[in-house]
Amino acid sequence: MKKDLLLFSAFALLVAAAPQLFKGGYLMNVLVFVGINTMLAVALNLLLGYAGQISLGHAGFFGLGAYLSGIMTTTYSIDPWLAMPIAAIVVGIIACLIGFPVLKLKGHYLAMATLGLGIIIFIVFNETVDLTGGPSGLSGIPNLKIAGVTFDSDVKNYYLIWFFTLAVMLFSLNLANSRVGRALRAVHDSEIAAQVLGVNARILKVQVFTLSAIISSIAGSLYAHTMTFISPASFGFNFSIELLTMVVIGGLGSIFGSFLGAALLTLLPEFLRAVNDYDIIIYGALLMVMVMFMPGGLVRGIPALYRKIFGQRKGTGNA
Amino acid sequence: MLEVSGITQIFGGVTALDSVSFKIAKGDITGVIGPNGAGKTTLFNIISGIYHQTAGTVYLEGKDVTGFPPERLARLSMVRTFQNIELFGGMTVLENVMVGMHTKSTSGLLACSFKAPWSISEERRIRQGALKWLDFTGITDLADQKAGNLPFGKGRLLEIARALAVEPRIILMDEPAAGLNSQETLALAALIKRIRDMDITVVLVEHDMELVMDICDRIVVLNLGKKLAEGTPQQIQESPEVIAAYLGDDD
Ligand SMILES: Nc1ncnc2c1ncn2[C@@H]1O[C@H](COP(=O)(O)OP(=O)(O)O)[C@@H](O)[C@H]1O
Repeated sequence: MKKDLLLFSAFALLVAAAPQLFKGGYLMNVLVFVGINTMLAVALNLLLGYAGQISLGHAGFFGLGAYLSGIMTTTYSIDPWLAMPIAAIVVGIIACLIGFPVLKLKGHYLAMATLGLGIIIFIVFNETVDLTGGPSGLSGIPNLKIAGVTFDSDVKNYYLIWFFTLAVMLFSLNLANSRVGRALRAVHDSEIAAQVLGVNARILKVQVFTLSAIISSIAGSLYAHTMTFISPASFGFNFSIELLTMVVIGGLGSIFGSFLGAALLTLLPEFLRAVNDYDIIIYGALLMVMVMFMPGGLVRGIPALYRKIFGQRKGTGNA
Repeated sequence: MLEVSGITQIFGGVTALDSVSFKIAKGDITGVIGPNGAGKTTLFNIISGIYHQTAGTVYLEGKDVTGFPPERLARLSMVRTFQNIELFGGMTVLENVMVGMHTKSTSGLLACSFKAPWSISEERRIRQGALKWLDFTGITDLADQKAGNLPFGKGRLLEIARALAVEPRIILMDEPAAGLNSQETLALAALIKRIRDMDITVVLVEHDMELVMDICDRIVVLNLGKKLAEGTPQQIQESPEVIAAYLGDDD
């Protein structure tokens, strides 16, 4: 636990220093997306990596946050800082209501149900044209402001997003190493044993599903206010799968792993632009190789690789 | 302490249990024995709330707990262990026992995530409590090991330590000696007696007759889903029905 907090502090310093290191520029914009995706991956990891429950509908919660914030701040001129928590609460309530029946399902059935949920939400974004603008999207969403500072540049957005991302990471690290986090992992390893020890697995699963949806919704609101334009295409089934890939590639049950997965999957397409036409093939092949040779994800695979190359050094790869 | 009354369980066409009734007194070690297929595991699963019986009632400390889910029974101070130890393999030995203190702690999701002051002091208390149970079962030196890497015998001790962390008044053990060598079985017998000495009622399903006869105060014999006999180890050893049932069974 101490080790995690130390690592987190170092990571936070790095995040704070990054704009100086990279001298602003285009990369800042990409790092904003890394931040948003990290938040989403951490949220999904709480559900999948800790509680062992899959969701193929998380892009839907992300989209709901974005659209609720977008609609409230444009059509109804509500202050963005007020719209964000309202959106989060609404999404939390929806997730809680859906969670009770859906989380009774296991394995493939849960995957199918959450997939269906994501698709329904996607269809709603497309079809309720009066509200969402339909497939052509919703524009003119205001930037966030604090005390006269408007978050309208890449560097400002970088700090805004990463403030939230770090908060979500710290929050999740605390949770993982606590009574509730242990109960979640216990349910994952042996639900029946956890129940026998007095853990109410059902309620716990709904709680973490709701929490995960709320974090995704906040990420969605932030996305809407930094992009100022949203359209349904960003919140489709593809993106749910991409989030799942980030969590698995990064390492199930590791908060830092989710960052690594999000960073890799966000940065890789940018680098692969140089080899356009082949980018999608290389991308796919890289993911396959990584899953095959790093079954524990990057967060465990990289230290193992390091030890292999630089000899038998002691150390543990878990974070 | 625990009473089952008229427990019947029918799986499809198979009657696994046929109107089984008995009472277990507080502070006793009670053995449930019987040939394979007698219905012992089924009975345990019903008492611990994992199966829902076709008919019959379970009373815990006089309270009708029929149909209560396991997590509710844990809060009423009943806990069990499993024949094929069910550890949380990805967690450390200490963390496993800390999960056992779940019902004795209250910090919720938000308190934990925001590190509320009371959740920090509670966390300290949970850790100390868990260490106490590791010490009681003699596996303190394994505290930081992954539970999934433990040898079977140590895993068994961990499962018992974890169950004790619930601070139960009654503990059900499903074949605690299965898979243990003779030395480990002796240590287990001593451990079970120490558990009883803490005023915890012990019920165990067991195939190791030597162990059963050594530690049990009372024995319930099941055969083909029916209660065949009940009594002290001495009475059971001398019971003609029990002898006949065991001789008729080539197990
Ligand atoms: N889940 C189940 N479904 C169908 N039959 C079962 C099930 N569990 C146990 N049985 C049957 O119930 C009978 C009693 O089994 P069990 O309780 O495992 O006995 P024991 O633990 O004494 O060996 C057996 O005939 C077994 O086949």
